[in-house]
Amino acid sequence: MKHTLSVLLQNKPGALSRVTGLFSGRGFNIESLCVAETLDPKVSSMTLVTRGNDAIIEQVTKQLHKLIDVIKVTDISEGEYVEREMVVIRVQAEANTRAEVLRVIDIFRGKVVDVSPTSYAVEITGPESKIKAVIDLLRPIGIKEVVRTGTIAMARAPKK
Amino acid sequence: MSKITGAQAFVQCLQEEGVDTIFGFPGGVIIDLYDELANSSIKNLLVRHEQGAVHAADGYARASGKTGVALLTSGPGATNGVTGIATAYMDSIPVVVFTGQVPRALIGNDAFQEVDIVGITRPCTKHNYLVSDPEDLVPTIREAFYLASSGRPGPVLVDLPKDIIGSLVDFPEKEEIRMRTYQPHVEPHPGQIVKACQAIVEAERPVFYVGGGVILSNSSEELTALAEKTQIPVTMTLMGLGAFPGTNPLSTGMLGMHGSYASNMMVAKSDLLIAVGARFDDRITGRLDKFAPDAKVIHIDIDPTSISKNVEVDIPIVSDCKHALTAMNAWFNSYKEIDSLSEKYQPWRSQVKEWDTKHPLSYKEEGDIIKPQYVIETINRLTGGDAIISTEVGQNQMWAAQFYKFNKPRHWLSSGGLGTMGFGLPAAIGAKMAFPDATVIDIAGDGSIQMNIQELATAKQYNTPVKVAILNNNYLGMVRQWQELFYDKRYAGTVMEVTPDFVALAKAYGAAGLRAKTKSEVEPVIKEALAINDKVVIMDFAIKREECVFPMVPAGGATTEMLLV
Repeated sequence: MKHTLSVLLQNKPGALSRVTGLFSGRGFNIESLCVAETLDPKVSSMTLVTRGNDAIIEQVTKQLHKLIDVIKVTDISEGEYVEREMVVIRVQAEANTRAEVLRVIDIFRGKVVDVSPTSYAVEITGPESKIKAVIDLLRPIGIKEVVRTGTIAMARAPKK
Repeated sequence: MSKITGAQAFVQCLQEEGVDTIFGFPGGVIIDLYDELANSSIKNLLVRHEQGAVHAADGYARASGKTGVALLTSGPGATNGVTGIATAYMDSIPVVVFTGQVPRALIGNDAFQEVDIVGITRPCTKHNYLVSDPEDLVPTIREAFYLASSGRPGPVLVDLPKDIIGSLVDFPEKEEIRMRTYQPHVEPHPGQIVKACQAIVEAERPVFYVGGGVILSNSSEELTALAEKTQIPVTMTLMGLGAFPGTNPLSTGMLGMHGSYASNMMVAKSDLLIAVGARFDDRITGRLDKFAPDAKVIHIDIDPTSISKNVEVDIPIVSDCKHALTAMNAWFNSYKEIDSLSEKYQPWRSQVKEWDTKHPLSYKEEGDIIKPQYVIETINRLTGGDAIISTEVGQNQMWAAQFYKFNKPRHWLSSGGLGTMGFGLPAAIGAKMAFPDATVIDIAGDGSIQMNIQELATAKQYNTPVKVAILNNNYLGMVRQWQELFYDKRYAGTVMEVTPDFVALAKAYGAAGLRAKTKSEVEPVIKEALAINDKVVIMDFAIKREECVFPMVPAGGATTEMLLV
């Protein structure tokens, strides 16, 4: 099972490597990891996507919490949440495919961020499934390079 | 506020924490600290290898309950300490290790004796710090001591760049340490305590399975009271020895790979396993699906990660053992039918007794050949079970664990989790520094004693007359045992073809050297050693070479399938 964890941690040197070291040292896997400062510059927020059965996720959560630099760990995939990832794809765009590329990224509400005589770099944002779909569609046209941010996620506010 | 140097602040911090003894080895970047320590009342032992410094600080901490302190220089000094740090980490021992670091301006430049010790020790410390601002020095040292000794204890490393030590800093008043990110869960949930006590009342075949957490939390008295009140049998892990009196009729001794037959059988057949400060290590559980298959599990532990890590727990109690046991004692104090409860368990206790009678811990006598178990038994008898025993790792450790009957906590110092050969001698020196009048004996093998034998010089220099009993079989005995049992006696790499003459070596180090080659010489040698109190004594026992530790649960096997004597 895929789980998306939201981790608040002290914005200190080495804090990130404590988290990644924990995963490699204990054989947990990281599918993606995204980290940046919060409004409070002393605190970083991390979105971490991992995979495992309930027992493993319980250990992951507890072990993260045990790290002295970690403030809070939430498995946000236990409830409703929004997730977003951004991808920048450099796709082959010669005379015969330029229009097709534009059509595809238009469907996905993406935009062109760089142009060359033979390629477009396009930017698309969305949940992981959307990113996968656009890559699948562009692949036959010819993808030269892909850069992804990894997932960030936020729990949805209570509806009531 | 007038400023003081970093080195002065370092020493003042140690004094503030009540540190009276530290273990270390100097180097270029920490000369200022040594200089300042020389002006203080703190005893500063010069070890002969940094691994010894950390083990000695660890032994001091295990024996006394206070936080041990080691001081190492940068680079190789720091890396030599890593095994000691990992040893303390695996056994949750409160140790603060200070390492020198190159000046801040040189960090990252591959400077002479520079190493990223904070990076290296990240996975084997509870927490670690590189002090990068002079004003952080004092708060960081205070936080390090707080972290090392609170919650689930463990080693904390503080890396001190040379220019920080030399700079001027404030020394603010000490305030209570509050950390937003670290709040150990000390008090048990009252509802869980009630659930646990009710489960005990409902059980037919309950067992206490007790680990090092009881010793670390100083709750032997509370545990003993609860076990005696309820008349539930008790088994201990290697780390838990001494948490409950080994001579108490309710004790079945150690469980696990080299545990007693009764301990392993009773855990396997129990219907309620009450784990107190233990962590279901693989050496305890053996094959997991065959481990206590019918038992409901209560688990008291201060570290939530220990709970349901290896074995699923039915009633978790995240708490300091002392608080949880006190609450359970209170519950049973007001429980009216306590006598009938004890009576209800009578058939179970008889069954346990029967297992114990069927296969007690034993060994075969072989004329005048020295059996290692006999050596331990004799040491136990002649010291009245009162000595502080440290061990190396391997057969020596297991025989000591099996045949020395520990009646008190903090008398058993052994590297359980990491299994570090070379631990025993420096740990004994540390314990002797904490308790100068105690009899401190390192039970060693001829292999492992050589891993830190240089510390004999430390013991001589600081007049810490520990005793070393070498169970000498010219083998790396435990691995040899596995080779005998599972590798068709192919003794690859385990034959110590050259072993020093330990009696002559003792003399070279200014120690007394005694040797026993036959069983009848064992008792006189031990008596003579116990009578020598002004110098280190090495006893060299030429034991039966191919003796095995039994019972033995082959690795990965079910704990009920033991190889017996």
